[in-house]
Amino acid sequence: MQDGKLKKKLVPWLFLAPSLGGVTVFMGFPFLDVVKRSFTDTMGTRFTGIGNYRAVLENSAFQLAAGNTMRFLILCIPLLMTISLGLALLISGEAEKHRNNGVIKNCRTVLVLPMAVPAASLVLVWKIILCRDGVMNQMLSRITGTLWDVDWAFSGYAFPVLIITYLWKHMGYDMILWLAGLQGIPGEQYEAAKIDGAGAAARFWYITIPGLKGTFGMVGILSVVNSFRVYREAYLLAGSYPDSSIYLIPHLFAHWFLSLDIQKMTAAAVMMTGIIVIPAGVVWGIRRKK
Amino acid sequence: MKKRNGVALAVLTTACLLVWIPLLLMAAASLMPEDELYWRYLTPLGLGRDRVRAVLFPSYPSLEAFIELLIRSPGFFIMFWNSCIQVLPVLAGQLVVAAPAAWAFAKFRFKGKEILFGLYVILMVLPFQVTQVSNYLVLDRIGLLDSHLALILPGIWSALPVFIMAKTFETIPGVLMEAAYLDGAGELYTFFHVGLPLGYPAIVTSLMLSFVEGWNTLEQPITYLKDKTLWPLSLYLPSIAEDKASVAFAAALITCLLPALIYLNCQEELEQGVAASGVKQ
Repeated sequence: MQDGKLKKKLVPWLFLAPSLGGVTVFMGFPFLDVVKRSFTDTMGTRFTGIGNYRAVLENSAFQLAAGNTMRFLILCIPLLMTISLGLALLISGEAEKHRNNGVIKNCRTVLVLPMAVPAASLVLVWKIILCRDGVMNQMLSRITGTLWDVDWAFSGYAFPVLIITYLWKHMGYDMILWLAGLQGIPGEQYEAAKIDGAGAAARFWYITIPGLKGTFGMVGILSVVNSFRVYREAYLLAGSYPDSSIYLIPHLFAHWFLSLDIQKMTAAAVMMTGIIVIPAGVVWGIRRKK
Repeated sequence: MKKRNGVALAVLTTACLLVWIPLLLMAAASLMPEDELYWRYLTPLGLGRDRVRAVLFPSYPSLEAFIELLIRSPGFFIMFWNSCIQVLPVLAGQLVVAAPAAWAFAKFRFKGKEILFGLYVILMVLPFQVTQVSNYLVLDRIGLLDSHLALILPGIWSALPVFIMAKTFETIPGVLMEAAYLDGAGELYTFFHVGLPLGYPAIVTSLMLSFVEGWNTLEQPITYLKDKTLWPLSLYLPSIAEDKASVAFAAALITCLLPALIYLNCQEELEQGVAASGVKQ
């Protein structure tokens, strides 16, 4: 009897063991090491207190990169979430009417496709559009009647360009998430509301939005995860020293890495982990209390 | 009412066009003979400066670039092979490691489960730059820098597959497991014969996402691989234009062909798998 109980307790841990082992070796212990190093000097022997942290926060490159990254996140994530939700609503609306089924299915396929296209494959295409002699300048010149001679990827316009490439790549994936959420809302609710005389706006506000609450967090998290990967586009388009408006945290880390500035990297890594973990922990704690 | 339908379709069509145009530009350029390519795209290729003459279909379609690339560019093959070697073992490893872990999170109750799962979620969210230092220090200590394993080993223990698979395993009705237990099935048998078949869409989804991620990666190889002969396609591709401009577009097309085909084949599973991860909690 006692034996069976123990066995039952052990089973989940056996399933977990291969994963947990690797995560501990490749993430757990090294992270503890990083925390330790962030408080010591270059040799990793002398305790320096918050010296490394102060050096990072006072570093002007860090201030620039952190500011840009924040600006990027604050602009991009709401934009991405709104646009992908809009597309999902259009698609599910059309699908509901059972019209143009083939067209709609094609739209879904096409809109998700950019996710599968490697950033490196598209660099040259972006250059065709964005370089000085490129399509963008030609189009704008024709429309406005004045000569445009902007090097889009290397000027102050680099920031909006980056946002557009990010939206282009990720809107499809977010759209599938939203579509799944929309599918989870029972159709009867809409029918009932219609009978009660609720208009389209009211139905959206009182049924769709609350119904998507669970999806909301998920889309947000995955958009943040993906947002740091925009470094690929930034790096491929503009190299490791881009226009200062798109100098992001990953650029900074790449430079610190090249100059083997392990101290600053460890301190910054610990701070960034904190920025992610602390709010997550608070939210989790509040939910648990409920 | 009819008018509104028209607007919805118009918006969707425009969005689709915005996706298609860059891809068509690439495909068209890959099918151009060298003269046409240089005449149209001198500036983007970095060979000089001239007006860009963009088209969605080449004037003189030719397979010249593909033949050149596939027959006379051994470098491309090496990088293609490197990409395969760095990605496929990761997928196999994730299957072995992440699926059981996801099963444990989804179907068992044990002490510390919530906190542990929370840790996995955080690991999933942390950008590469945060784990970069830790990983680098470990790989350096065990002497794996500048080898394929430097990309493979950390990749296997990525947290995203665990998360996606666990979300789908959770949707498997408990009744099915009870039935299996009543028939005398052991834990492993239940995992293999109930969990894996029913979690199939999530497994395909997470493997697909991992493939795309691995095929697309830049940060890891830049950090861990100094030896250029070990570089994957994703890192080699940007510099191919300097090497051999005439094949740059063909190489770009071939590089995105594999992930795109995989996506088109697994689309249904992807939608189901992603859907499960999006459902509440």
